[in-house]
Amino acid sequence: MTSTDVARAAMIAPVPARSAAQPKVHVGAGQAEKITIRDLKFFYGDSLALKGIDLPIYERKVTAFIGPSGCGKSTLLRVLNRMYDLYPKQRAEGEVLLDGIDILSPKLDLNLLRSRVGMVFQKPTPFPMSIYDNIAFGVRLYETISKSELDGRVEAALRRAALWNEVKDKLDASGLSLSGGQQQRLCIARSIAVRPEVILLDEPCSALDPISTAKIEELIDELKADYTIAIVTHNMQQASRTSEYTAFMYLGELVEFGETEQIFMSPHDRRTQDYITGRFG
Amino acid sequence: MTDHIVSAFDADLKELGDKLAEMGGLCEKLVAESIDALLRRDTPLAKRVIEWDRSIDRLQAEVEENAIRTIARRAPVAIDLREVVAALRIANDLERIGDLAKNIAKRVVALEGQFQPPKLAGGVAHISDLTLAQLKDVLDAYTRRDETKAVEVWNRDGEIDALYNSLFRELLTYMMEDPRNIGFCAHLLFCAKNIERIGDHATNVAETVYYLVHGVPLTDERPKADLTSATAIDFGR
Repeated sequence: MTSTDVARAAMIAPVPARSAAQPKVHVGAGQAEKITIRDLKFFYGDSLALKGIDLPIYERKVTAFIGPSGCGKSTLLRVLNRMYDLYPKQRAEGEVLLDGIDILSPKLDLNLLRSRVGMVFQKPTPFPMSIYDNIAFGVRLYETISKSELDGRVEAALRRAALWNEVKDKLDASGLSLSGGQQQRLCIARSIAVRPEVILLDEPCSALDPISTAKIEELIDELKADYTIAIVTHNMQQASRTSEYTAFMYLGELVEFGETEQIFMSPHDRRTQDYITGRFG
Repeated sequence: MTDHIVSAFDADLKELGDKLAEMGGLCEKLVAESIDALLRRDTPLAKRVIEWDRSIDRLQAEVEENAIRTIARRAPVAIDLREVVAALRIANDLERIGDLAKNIAKRVVALEGQFQPPKLAGGVAHISDLTLAQLKDVLDAYTRRDETKAVEVWNRDGEIDALYNSLFRELLTYMMEDPRNIGFCAHLLFCAKNIERIGDHATNVAETVYYLVHGVPLTDERPKADLTSATAIDFGR
């Protein structure tokens, strides 16, 4: 070790081991953490897409992820239900705890994880089958239940997604026959039919008109009573309207995490301010 | 501050700031001239002050319209939203300051031809100088986004209150001494109160500047020294 190294080592305070008592994140103190992300790194082959993210996702709250394209927010969302596992050369390091259990563990049952952590994508992705089967498909995958029970689950999911009144007379029609906004609500119904605990929404409204968008936002507001929700959105207004907490990411780093009101009224970091006020992007 | 990607947004905010600067300049002039008219008993000047107040009212309406349009079209957040909200608030305070100056001018017109003991105006001159300095400083603080200067203005308001207190007592004494003083002194007392109120609006602007810069309200308890509303007048002695 050179003398410079010694000097540098002396200047850098030792990093204490993490413990519950460590008052690092003041934001959301007292809230239950549904998901805890610690020093998460993500690689697409050799390229580092997430550079050590630390972040809590609070139970039955909506957390929004914002940031310019390529900042890693969708990547982060895809880690939360191990979606990346479908692709070779993509890997995650660090810890992602769901109710205290590390979901990055190779021993984890992925089907079980994805039944607990549902996901809805940017473009509606109804299966090429009837509206009824779109919902029933996932339920049948995880559970063996009677026809009447299944009918009840389908109806409950469609009601929950505020779609029941529009489709109750045409449950046999193809899911693809619905409008874009209806298809997206169908996908949300499909993900909640398997009774997940966490719902991940990856730009769920970017392909929808304002009225369908409003319906989805209303839905998010209702769903947070029972589910923990993480939403990626390019629409800053949507983040400020729908979420309790907001994380601003830039170049694979978490720049700022805070209560949504604080982030949009008086962000602490200059980069957050520049981004949300439209000064760079 | 770097520019917005949408340059029309910057243009909107600049226009808002320009209008406020114009309003602030006009307000300073109006307050100074109304006091000048009072101290020199210049009725024609007082009448001009009453006329000028309309420009301030018009500017306030324009600031309000621009601010609302900016909110509707640009959906500002963070510092931008605070800029717009600050402009609205400050325009409100400046409009009130204009009204108070106009009220002083109206009293000058009302006092025309009345008996006037010259020594009575001295205290008013002093409180006026202090208030004008406060107004100038707080408008500078706004233009430069200088929250330190704004807090200084905020803390100095106690001096104006103290001066107003002593002026209040002094004028009461004159009125008790010689009933011929009452008409003039009563008007002078209202003028002094108006000036003290102008100082209060300057501290409102100071609070807004602090909020604009920091995003949080100025929470300390400001020293309140205007005790006249709790002062009893004892005629028994």
